[in-house]
Amino acid sequence: MSDPAKATVKTPASQPREHGVIEVSDLVVRYGAATALQGVSLSVGAGEMVALVGPNGAGKSTLVDTLSRVVRPASGHARVKGRLAHVPEGRQLFGELSVEDNLRIGAWGQRDRDPEPVYEVLPDLRDFARRKAAALSGGQQQMVAIGRALMARPDVIAVDELSLGLAPKVVSDLAAHLRTLNSERGMAVLLIEQNARLAFELCSRAYVLEAGRMVVSGSCEELARSNEVARAYLGGGTGDEL
Amino acid sequence: MTQFLMFLINGIAIGCGFALVGSGLVAVYRITGVVNFAQGMFAVVAALSATSFVAMGVWHGLAELMAISVGGLAGLITGVIAVGKRGTQPLTALLVTLAVGFLAYAVEVLIWGENPRSLAGLDGRAELMGVPVQRQYLLVIAVTVVVFVLLWLFFSRTYLGKALTACASNPYAARVVGIDVTRMAFIAFALGGVLGGIAGVLIAPLRPVSFDTDVSLIVGGFAAAIFGGLTRPMMALLGGVLLGITEVMIQAYGNASFATMGSLVFLLVIMIWQATRRPTVHKESV
Repeated sequence: MSDPAKATVKTPASQPREHGVIEVSDLVVRYGAATALQGVSLSVGAGEMVALVGPNGAGKSTLVDTLSRVVRPASGHARVKGRLAHVPEGRQLFGELSVEDNLRIGAWGQRDRDPEPVYEVLPDLRDFARRKAAALSGGQQQMVAIGRALMARPDVIAVDELSLGLAPKVVSDLAAHLRTLNSERGMAVLLIEQNARLAFELCSRAYVLEAGRMVVSGSCEELARSNEVARAYLGGGTGDEL
Repeated sequence: MTQFLMFLINGIAIGCGFALVGSGLVAVYRITGVVNFAQGMFAVVAALSATSFVAMGVWHGLAELMAISVGGLAGLITGVIAVGKRGTQPLTALLVTLAVGFLAYAVEVLIWGENPRSLAGLDGRAELMGVPVQRQYLLVIAVTVVVFVLLWLFFSRTYLGKALTACASNPYAARVVGIDVTRMAFIAFALGGVLGGIAGVLIAPLRPVSFDTDVSLIVGGFAAAIFGGLTRPMMALLGGVLLGITEVMIQAYGNASFATMGSLVFLLVIMIWQATRRPTVHKESV
């Protein structure tokens, strides 16, 4: 997957869509002299679940940091229609604050800071609402990070490395929550994952980012059947078993 | 024994002044990671402003409040200069605060001259458990207690205080949820200015203040703040009080000229103690 010219899957479905909740076109991001993203385009439609996969250092987190305006682009566009909430890589909670305070801070800039709607979606959070975020397990912290993002009442949620450092059972539970948010609430999801198997299971479309360039994109079914994608991200065999 | 208790209360009052300066350092460091060497200047500017307001005929109380506001404004301006540019590193900002402190000397000399100025405080003495104590000392202690309680309530009970703690805890995550971390840093500097200003107007009746008084204030304030690892206001209060008592006892039972040296030794001992407890002074919870 190192040579963009070898990209084999490029379907109409993979093209940036008009009127998406996320529209990224020809995005270039630089950190000093280093180019993190070079001419990247991507779209996420309303109510869609889209994956962004790629190895470490590909620029996946930079892309979502640009969407949430933590990083400024050098050129190109990264537009979000409606409200985007970002679950950052490594959870990034406010460890000194309680779980409930973490949730309330997630509603920064909004009048309604009542965490009750989030407790309805993620009822387990209620059990450790008073505990300091730093004292929770990795899975609990990831749940708080998702809850904090939901406090912004987003139209689209970008989840950076949902599975990082978590047990398969925990990942499965969290993935189920994301599916519910998508199917029952119509919330669009951009899932940034190194675990392509998980990403392809959850999402309908995916983009593959390598060394700051989008090398291939398409429906997850097609990508999973691609030998090159399978070799690079699915441990060798094609993803027919998906 | 009465004399010892009198010195003890005086020491606590002096230490409260250091603690207030130190708490300003803590407020700025917790949120921005910057050691603000202009913190002593806020106290000096507020004290000198108070003398001017009183000279202009403004009532006591109101003059002090106005002077504290000037201290807050000085803090805000220092914050804008030190961390206003996105991406400024804490070490760069530290050097900027040092430069702002020196620049302030010129402004202070231009406005108030080089001679020390005094501010009238509470007159007379009161008896505390049979110990005669200057009313101004009691005022300093009472105000400091109120300020630290308010500070604790602010950081632990208010949404803005928790957001400031969030910025200190994880600036990246704070940006992710949409908090303008630079603006919060300005608030931290303004808060530091207010705390320095309170220290200034409380100390001015106890000792004459001139443009270079900030050096002794910042040494004492830094010693107090470092006692709490630059992050814990309540430990800064304890450190300031211990330092104040040490200084007064050296003056009372030793040689007054060794008092400043005593605070420097106190600072050195704390820094060595901190260094042996952990590799570097780092952020901790309150």
